[in-house]
Amino acid sequence: MDLLPRAYPDQVGLAAASTWSGYALGYSAVGGDVRQTGMEAGYAALDPERYGLSGEHSPTGYKVVLGRERPLRLDCGVELGPYTVAYQTYGRLNADRSNAILICHALTGDQFVADPHPITGKPGWWDIMVGPGKPLDSDRYFLICANVLGGCMGTSGPKEINPKTGEPWGLSFPVITVGDMVRAQAELLDHLGIGDLFCVIGGSMGGMQVLAWAAYYPRRVFSAIPIAAAGNHSAQNIALHEVGRQAIMADPDWCAGDYLRQGRKPRRGLAVARMAAHITYLSEAALQRKFGRRLQGRAAVTYGFDADFEVESYLRHQGSTFVERFDPNSYLYITRAMDYFDLAEEFGGTLVKAFDHTPVRFFVVSFTSDWLFPTPESRVVVHALNAVAANVSFLEIETDKGHDAFLLEEPELHRVMRGFLSGAGEHRGLKGP
Amino acid sequence: MDAASPPADPSLPADAHRPLRIRVDLQAIADMVTPGSRVLDVGCGEGTLLDYLVHFKQVDGRGIELSQAAVTEAVGHGLSVIQGDAEADLKIYPDDAFDFVILSQTLQATRDSRATLRQLLRIGRRVIVSFTNYGHWRLRCFLLWRGRVPVTNGAAHRWYDTPNIHVCTIHDFIDLCRELGVRIERRLLVNPAGRVRRFRSVAFANLCGEQGVFLLSRP
Repeated sequence: MDLLPRAYPDQVGLAAASTWSGYALGYSAVGGDVRQTGMEAGYAALDPERYGLSGEHSPTGYKVVLGRERPLRLDCGVELGPYTVAYQTYGRLNADRSNAILICHALTGDQFVADPHPITGKPGWWDIMVGPGKPLDSDRYFLICANVLGGCMGTSGPKEINPKTGEPWGLSFPVITVGDMVRAQAELLDHLGIGDLFCVIGGSMGGMQVLAWAAYYPRRVFSAIPIAAAGNHSAQNIALHEVGRQAIMADPDWCAGDYLRQGRKPRRGLAVARMAAHITYLSEAALQRKFGRRLQGRAAVTYGFDADFEVESYLRHQGSTFVERFDPNSYLYITRAMDYFDLAEEFGGTLVKAFDHTPVRFFVVSFTSDWLFPTPESRVVVHALNAVAANVSFLEIETDKGHDAFLLEEPELHRVMRGFLSGAGEHRGLKGP
Repeated sequence: MDAASPPADPSLPADAHRPLRIRVDLQAIADMVTPGSRVLDVGCGEGTLLDYLVHFKQVDGRGIELSQAAVTEAVGHGLSVIQGDAEADLKIYPDDAFDFVILSQTLQATRDSRATLRQLLRIGRRVIVSFTNYGHWRLRCFLLWRGRVPVTNGAAHRWYDTPNIHVCTIHDFIDLCRELGVRIERRLLVNPAGRVRRFRSVAFANLCGEQGVFLLSRP
């Protein structure tokens, strides 16, 4: 909360609007709860400026409280409500509300896609992709990104205060899933009066959300771009996440998850988790190219356990800066959500069923050197889409930058993304800026 | 059947990349496609034909292409194209998924041409195949006089590295269709002058057609 000093809208006034559901004629969500449809509650009641719809940019973003009247039913069975969603917007929602693109962030991302990070001051994580004239062009599209459920940048998560107890949630926060994140985003869009999305896009865990969006809400999604993602989390990836979680939990400052109340933070554990994870985001070739066996500010090895090598120093830096901006319990929750992700299982054991008769235009992207979400996993998704003769494009981009390539300068990705979006825009009848 | 360039549609953006006229063999294929149908172009390259079909015949068009560079071009122009090995991927598509499946100048590069043709006929109600006719008199003369294997795609390849591993003549192709029990709905040749002609005599077409273009369906 303290990161976002802006005054947030009066939450009582929002309750009526939060039941609005923008999609036409009785689409029933997964899980069977038939939603109220139509425009009875009316999105016009929302003040566009207060909710980031007007084109005025607020670098601190926005927050809404949802689930006051109807709590969010989580996959674990718990009913969560009220809960807060913090989000950021770029560009302006057009008159017929047809130019909205939802950006889904990855494990350690947040809603500050193209703003300086409120804590670190570093450029937004997708600054090179989002903004005026960029592939996700804020002059043309209305871009929205919400901090995921379980996150630590303002959306309800273990770091936030449980309104019922007045204490931080800690481990009493319910375990969430990728599906829960997506349903919370859908509630946010309902609230903002955005019925359909022109596109849902995201990399890594963001790509998982994209696939879940397309599977749960096919009528609300015109096009979907899952980048470096998969239909489920592989055994190797679960194993890697478990190492990270164990590192956090082995830190005595974790205090069985209760560190916030005890005024402590498992910094070393979280740093180690980040260091291990960071290796998996790169590739062997990239590490070799960037660091090789070069020594860090010294002529010879020291025969000790100091950071002799540049690569060690780099990883330590990655670990220590991450600790400043991320909540350790959030890391546990979000990695768990990824582990639990298995879209096929949710749809009776086959991914084909998740996409049966889908009208969504897909663009699946993978990278040659990504060993965390390797190309074959994207191909599984593409094959499932082929099996239902869906409209799908697929490109494997040649790069040595590993999994993180989607965050980096990849001119080919940017060029193809522009083309895909403008092609989809033509089919959608989207007017130019 | 001569290539006629369609009138420019003023409602379409004036894209420099979209020629109104396409290669004559591609035009012959395009003329066989029903407007508004579902089309899969196997080995679509940069998507020249697909782009034409999408914009001038309003088809719901998809492509498969092996080359990453070509897929980048095609998707970058707003086409729906999958980077992949068609021979491996075709079996995944459901029966009758498309009204037309096109195999343009790609048959000769398939590993198992007969199995590929079978797959195409399963997933498409109609299949359009175009290929270089190795029975054409120039190629026959080339082999006869020079004693060397003719390589047709310019100077880019020699016999040992050409992707065209299963070349055939119009005669061969018709034999294969007969063996598979395939119905040939239309058969055209492209002559050296770049004209598209129907033919009755297979022997004539086999000698004088540089390319064959066939519209096939299941019996």
